[in-house]
Amino acid sequence: MKKILNVTINGTPYEIAIKPKTTLVEVLRNELNLTGTKRSCNAGGCSSCSVLVDGKVVNSCSVLALQVDGKEVTTIEGIADGAKLHPLQQAFLEHGAYQCGYCTPGMIIAGKALLDENPNPTKQEVKEAIAGNLCRCTGYVRIVDAILATAKKLQEEAK
Amino acid sequence: MSNYSVIGKPIQRIDGYEKVTGAAKFTTDIRLSGMLWGKMLRSPHPHAKILNIDTSKAKKLPGVKAVITSADTLHIKYSNWRRYPHLMDETPLAEDKVRYIGEPVAAVAAIDEDIAEEALGLIEVDYEVLPAVFDPLEAIKDGAPQIHEGPTVKNNISEARHFEFGDVDEAFKKCDRVREDTFYLHPVSHAFLEPTNSVASWDLNGRLTIWTSTQTPYFIQTLLAMVLGIKEGNIRVIKPHVGGGFGGKMELFSDQYCAARLSMLTGKPVKIELDREEVFIATRRRHPMYYTLKTGYMKDGTLVAKEAKVYTDGGAYNAMGPTSLYLSGFFQIFPYTIPNYRYDGFHIYTNKNPSSAMRGFGGPQAEFTCDSQIDMIADDLGMDPAEIRLKNGMKPGHVIPGLAKVGSCGFEECVKKAMESTKWKEKKGKLPMGRGIGMGCYGFMSGGVFNWIDSPYAYSAAYIRMNVDCTVDVYIGSAEIGQGSDTVAAQIAAEVLGVPMEDVKVIRGDTDSCPPDLGAWGSRQTLMTGNAVKMAAEEIKKQLIEVTASLMVPNVVYDFDIKDGRVFIKDRPERGIELAEVVKTAVRAREGQALFGRGIYTPHGKGMVSPAYSFGAQVAEVEVDLETGKVNMIQVTTAHDCGQVINKLGVEGQLEGAFVMGQGYALSENLITDEGKVLNPSLIDYKLMRAPDIPDNFTSLMVETHEPEGPFGAKEAGEGLTNPNAGCIANTIFDAVGVRIKDMPITPEKILKALDEKKKKEGK
Repeated sequence: MKKILNVTINGTPYEIAIKPKTTLVEVLRNELNLTGTKRSCNAGGCSSCSVLVDGKVVNSCSVLALQVDGKEVTTIEGIADGAKLHPLQQAFLEHGAYQCGYCTPGMIIAGKALLDENPNPTKQEVKEAIAGNLCRCTGYVRIVDAILATAKKLQEEAK
Repeated sequence: MSNYSVIGKPIQRIDGYEKVTGAAKFTTDIRLSGMLWGKMLRSPHPHAKILNIDTSKAKKLPGVKAVITSADTLHIKYSNWRRYPHLMDETPLAEDKVRYIGEPVAAVAAIDEDIAEEALGLIEVDYEVLPAVFDPLEAIKDGAPQIHEGPTVKNNISEARHFEFGDVDEAFKKCDRVREDTFYLHPVSHAFLEPTNSVASWDLNGRLTIWTSTQTPYFIQTLLAMVLGIKEGNIRVIKPHVGGGFGGKMELFSDQYCAARLSMLTGKPVKIELDREEVFIATRRRHPMYYTLKTGYMKDGTLVAKEAKVYTDGGAYNAMGPTSLYLSGFFQIFPYTIPNYRYDGFHIYTNKNPSSAMRGFGGPQAEFTCDSQIDMIADDLGMDPAEIRLKNGMKPGHVIPGLAKVGSCGFEECVKKAMESTKWKEKKGKLPMGRGIGMGCYGFMSGGVFNWIDSPYAYSAAYIRMNVDCTVDVYIGSAEIGQGSDTVAAQIAAEVLGVPMEDVKVIRGDTDSCPPDLGAWGSRQTLMTGNAVKMAAEEIKKQLIEVTASLMVPNVVYDFDIKDGRVFIKDRPERGIELAEVVKTAVRAREGQALFGRGIYTPHGKGMVSPAYSFGAQVAEVEVDLETGKVNMIQVTTAHDCGQVINKLGVEGQLEGAFVMGQGYALSENLITDEGKVLNPSLIDYKLMRAPDIPDNFTSLMVETHEPEGPFGAKEAGEGLTNPNAGCIANTIFDAVGVRIKDMPITPEKILKALDEKKKKEGK
């Protein structure tokens, strides 16, 4: 028996019929073709599938889609302002903070969640904020740098 | 300093925008209309005879479209060893027996994932369980279970590697001292984030298209053709963005075959995506090795003779094991000169998932043992280990008899730079208990000369088309898997043709449109594909210069060059023509044909391993918690000689990523098995380094040499950097707390235990 899910994703409301056991990552990828959100371990161990639900970062593989009924979901596709990249995306480009790119959407989502809550994090706070996000390529160095640089830039712009 | 426009600069990668916006398509993102989902049935036993497989119930399940077993295959043995058929030991699906837990036995295609999963449970396989063997030292004993039959396998040894030069026995006699150490290297997983996966689609014209997460599109095309019994030309392999490979995606795997075969049987596209547990239990891993190292040396620290003996746990099939074994013996004598050397390595079958290539290709095991022992020798002699390294370090032009000739070599400068940058002399042996500094060094191949696949094509090739608006299309068959090789190719084309990076488009990852290339392994793409791209671009450059000469009619003594959108006389740079003008004229003059260049590269006369070698030295500082045994990384400095740097941003990223991967290898990662069953097949239980674990400070130092064999003098920067980390960390821990761990990984428990034993020994 399918159930109806009402959810706003990247600002657009959706009404979707899904099996109750469908996870959020499956709805995003298989139903809506929002494949920017990656599935890697499907068990909450790598955070490749991170999205924001009402502004909080969650592993979308570990959330049933029906649990986000009535909520607002932001995926990597909803981070940029049209063709204008989000400052975090721009910083990831400039710092070379990605290699294969598979963890990148999750990292940017985790970085955004951090900066929304703590606009001026320390290096250690950045590392802790992305501690759940695995990256096998970069060694995290440039990812941490890119998030810190974005924080600095946003702080300066706010002045 | 060289006067390049884009070479050597910190260039933003050409795939960046897609990757930071989530628009980049990986194979996992491919969905086709009418697509079926495939699943693999795997062996629950490490070693068993297959008596019967009954698929009738599974076939009757509504929604199931096909079920295959080995009966539906051509029973062809395959692997990358096409040139050495005795090493080809795998079949697409298990034939008469299974040899490891997780080995594919059957596959299903159904209209959705759940039905496919349910169908697997309906396949009945009768097994007769056989005695199994899991340790290579047990497997070689007489009477051990025999995992493979056949005339070339005895006592489960599928391949033995031996090389020897100098007079080893005599040399040992003349040494002041000889020491022998044994080490154990544990198995680790590639743990790429994009799972192994494919989508295959068979069309009514009898052609197959497969989208797959691979490092080697050409190998997939070739081997699929062989096992499916169709022409290579009728198989199109598309490699979208790849979410990491590290050596674990350079072979044809059963799931790729099954997706193809199931598509051929159903006439529908079929997707097979391994789940994380399958990736851990049934794909490849890095070779566990038992390593015995005997080294003879003089009182002044001169290394004289070395003998290495290696028993490697190959798992159930050869995979790339014979090469890992070969290269481990080879890199054992890098980056130090050893005039007398004997190596004996044995590749041994066990009832575990196959070991294969993994970043460093035998090098990480070699350098861990070699560099740990260098420090032990230094300790024996009361010398600074850095001095021993400098004393014995390779120099440009070094010859390894019968195996290799080193071209450019910046090893000495790497060691000196790393020492200077870290204040080595002030710190070594002088830090307080619990804090330490240590060094690890390496040399690595810049592309292997190996052609196991028996390709009749050039190792690398490139086509370049220059359009009338000066945009440049570079067609390459090499595989971008995250390392940045497409950007390197674009930079090389941009530099030669004098166009900006944004005007270069790289068309890759499609065997229908790109020339064959042996793919991403052995750190070969910058040098080999880079040379092919350079040659293709230079062919166009030559045409443009011919046209310019005919337009300008200068004195014939003058040479031309192209740079930053102008073609000009080298010695009179003010005299030239806009590139756009020249290109238009050239196209017109050629009756409207776009300009076209072709390039190839195959190493000739470059010895048995590689055309060129990278070098480097690494210094780390750690703090060891004496109560818990936990190792905290404080800083890491790596000085790397990759010849001419092509992309600084890329090289630094490789250095950092390789170190953290090596840190995991040294300290925490371990694919733990019990009776052949992997006990930690998840990204929660398999302990990769996470952001809080990394060193507080990273320093990357570039030591630029000029490699005559490389494009613009460039060498590798992808794999060599993985080799020094574990030895460097082990040496650092020794400096910190005075215990030497030879049994990897170096866990807190082992450190505490060794500290206890040390205390007891010292009578404290």
